[in-house]
Amino acid sequence: MSTSAIKTHSRKAYLESKQRAARRNMILYGVLVAFALVAPVIFYPVFLMKVLCFALFAIAFNLLLGYVGLLSFGHAAFLATGGYTTGYLLTTYSGFSPEMAIIIATSAATLLGFAFGVVAIRRQGIYFAMITLALAQLVFFFYLQSPFTRGEDGMHGIPRGTLLGFIDLQNNLAMYYFVLAVFIFGFALVQRIVHSPYGHVLKAIKENEPRAISLGYNVDRYKLVAFTISAALAGLAGSVKTIVFQLASLTDAHWHMSGEVILMTLVGGVGTLLGPVIGATFVISLEHQLAQSPVGDWVDVILGVIFILCVLMFRAGFVGEFQKFYKKNFK
Amino acid sequence: MSSEFVLETRDLVKEFKGFTAVDKVNLKVRRGHIHALIGPNGAGKTTVFNLLTKFLIPTRGHILFNEQDITSMKPAAIARKGIIRSFQISAVFPHMTALENVRVALQRFEGNSFHFWKSEKALNKLNDRAYALLESVGLESFADTVTVELSYGRKRALELATTLAMEPELVLLDEPTQGMGHEDVDRVVELIRQAAVGRTILMVEHNLSVVSKLCDQITVLTRGAVLTEGDYQTVSQNPQVKEAYMGSESNVLEGAH
Repeated sequence: MSTSAIKTHSRKAYLESKQRAARRNMILYGVLVAFALVAPVIFYPVFLMKVLCFALFAIAFNLLLGYVGLLSFGHAAFLATGGYTTGYLLTTYSGFSPEMAIIIATSAATLLGFAFGVVAIRRQGIYFAMITLALAQLVFFFYLQSPFTRGEDGMHGIPRGTLLGFIDLQNNLAMYYFVLAVFIFGFALVQRIVHSPYGHVLKAIKENEPRAISLGYNVDRYKLVAFTISAALAGLAGSVKTIVFQLASLTDAHWHMSGEVILMTLVGGVGTLLGPVIGATFVISLEHQLAQSPVGDWVDVILGVIFILCVLMFRAGFVGEFQKFYKKNFK
Repeated sequence: MSSEFVLETRDLVKEFKGFTAVDKVNLKVRRGHIHALIGPNGAGKTTVFNLLTKFLIPTRGHILFNEQDITSMKPAAIARKGIIRSFQISAVFPHMTALENVRVALQRFEGNSFHFWKSEKALNKLNDRAYALLESVGLESFADTVTVELSYGRKRALELATTLAMEPELVLLDEPTQGMGHEDVDRVVELIRQAAVGRTILMVEHNLSVVSKLCDQITVLTRGAVLTEGDYQTVSQNPQVKEAYMGSESNVLEGAH
């Protein structure tokens, strides 16, 4: 073989190996979607919807932590903004369409995310985390004091409405498939972002920020876009969650919520696409199981111990550790 | 456009809380030259370097690139003007393949770097150029290797390929041979010579044998100020340089490190 033939050959092999990996992922995602489609037969739909909403929230958070390397400690603000905006629209205007409420609520979270980002994005590491936390606390007190949120009581009995004017979301199955569709949209969006030209720049910034700057990339702008998208998806999760539970409360705005999404992401595997989904499923299921068991009051302690074990023993999380294991033994 | 000097500094000063790290440095880098900045440890070489690339902000003084004042520009803006720097520690993206490292540099010219809705397949059209650049530094066969697995010398070669991808007018190299074995040093010298064709290079370097082989012009810094300037012959004969460098006049420039 001539050198140029070898070259073409190795280049082809590279593209083919990428295609193979893409195909393998498509099969995996296909199986998961098929499972999600029949899941309501086995599990209680409201439980599944809760898992999906938190999984979407965790995916949004992971876009920032896993793919830009920014630890936000204020994502509860976006979840709550999505939730309260949706709740307000659906209770105040009777017959308001849920899809419009979701769009407006997501836009509100997007704007808030942009504003947070402008303030916080220049800081790094712990300072970034602290600024996002401080801003989220401001938002928390705003919701605590505003009359429309009904403070500590929260908004209850928010009507689910009819989707597109003909799908009654009062039906749990209809609601479930709608939430599933929203979730798949969010997942597909993040998967596309990660594997886009923009995603490559993000990865470069995460890997070596000074070098990315020296190549001429205005890194703050790239981070700001990622932060805004992440906030938008968190808002979308909050909005849908409010419709599912017909409830918007301060729990969503509390910093505990910002902590919980970190836990979900780390346990599942930060910087992997499926990690936050697995992590959210795990944490929500565990909370659900424990709440019904005699050790119900110990939920936080047990989650805390799991978190410590995770940080000490399997830092890459479920999915990350599995990928390492797979690479070591099957490649 | 083609002024005689690509880069000039005028009375450049950097103070850190009362300590003057860089003291009224006037530097003139002639177009097409390989220009070295040398001096003993703590002479302020790296500080000057960081001032030039805007990673530090000068206390006083001006920096001119092609006779245009760039003193108040941001690092990324400087890079877009055509000044690309390297770092003391090799500046690569460790968990990307060699090909992706080069491609992410080429990508900036495509105008799709904010396109988060597009498939990464859009980047494949850059592959040919990326492979060509890797070939020029002898890394063609490592295109699919994740960078973290490359040897130190190869990382530096990759860094250079990435730098060249930017088509820079002026390349700033911060100790390009630092921490390298002899073989790697020779390779990097060869690479720099190759890269210098049609470009201007300013480098900070400790290894004087490298400087003697490569550089047209040398500026010696001590205690933040310019001690002397000239070609290698002139500079190496200067008794002040010998003293500053070695603390004595004896056997200075025998390839000292």
